[in-house]
Amino acid sequence: MNFPIENSGILAVLVAGFFFGYFLEVSGLGSPRKLTAQFTLRDWSVFKVMFTAIVVAAAGLWLLGVIGVLRFDALKIQTTFFWAMAMGGALLGAGMALGGYCPGTSVVGLFTGRLDALIFVLGMLIGTTLFAANFDALQGLYMAAPGPKGQTLAALTGLPYWLFLLLLTALAVAGFRLGARFESHRGGVVNARELSE
Amino acid sequence: MKDRQPQDFWPPLAAGIGLGLALMGMFLFTGHGLGANGFFTRVVVWLGEITIPAWTGANSYLNPYLTKGHPLNEWISWEIIGVAMGALVGSLTAQRFQFKIERGSRIGIKARLVLALGGGVLTGFGAPLARGCTSGLGLSGGATLAVAAFVFLIAFFAAGLLLSALTRRLWQ
Repeated sequence: MNFPIENSGILAVLVAGFFFGYFLEVSGLGSPRKLTAQFTLRDWSVFKVMFTAIVVAAAGLWLLGVIGVLRFDALKIQTTFFWAMAMGGALLGAGMALGGYCPGTSVVGLFTGRLDALIFVLGMLIGTTLFAANFDALQGLYMAAPGPKGQTLAALTGLPYWLFLLLLTALAVAGFRLGARFESHRGGVVNARELSE
Repeated sequence: MKDRQPQDFWPPLAAGIGLGLALMGMFLFTGHGLGANGFFTRVVVWLGEITIPAWTGANSYLNPYLTKGHPLNEWISWEIIGVAMGALVGSLTAQRFQFKIERGSRIGIKARLVLALGGGVLTGFGAPLARGCTSGLGLSGGATLAVAAFVFLIAFFAAGLLLSALTRRLWQ
């Protein structure tokens, strides 16, 4: 096989999207109370699920590249625009702390019956309209401090790719351990029964 | 259904492995990762085209989306339909689907909805600024070790943690 197939056909993205939504739901990440409990350090599910997924996907893609069935350089890797991405990331963190969702989890929230997610989506449409209306004025920020095209941590530092896989794994393990300690001191994770009351 | 207890959530490790495999599968088939915010941008373009076509056509951010046919005719629309179906199947098969306005016990419904709208506005502004969201940039970029993803994620968690000192009561 010669991956990526570069076929954005309906079936492939429908299936990947299905499992994306499914695994977010079964881990409880459609719940704004569970999502925001990450920021109060009571429930580390957001970090645990996200970093497990990053490690699994990053290691899998790297391995397939090493054995030669995946053209790693054909994958889409975002280029850094430092200030726009730092500002945007901070706005999404604030948006989640206030509103309880991010774009993907709002879809999961809505399709598990949460009507507050619909209002959040409405807010997003307003926010994106405001962004578009001010796009010309934001050009300076939008384009500031660009990095090299598609730069990875390995390219940034000159260190081997696998080393960062080990570091990310260590970060995930540390998050699980630290998380378990915080969770037991702060009333335990937010469970499904608590949310249904 | 009402009196049946909801099943509890999966352990984060198991769900994270599943999510990682779904993300890897997306990369293998399409060459890019999972996303979410791009869909909402396209909804804005689509609604703008219907309601205020002159403004939308002249807008420098939205205009490029208009040149390639219907703004919703793109892979991300199908992916979001998949996300919705996955969330429905996951919640319905575990008795977790429930119509409600989720909020902390110390906040009223009206205040919760105002904050949901406000949080949505910040998110809708921030995601196109960052050129991606938690899944499109953070998760998918993270899987390719993109520097961009870690800039985004550090800012995301830092702002969430800081602001949470003010908002934590809302969710208790």
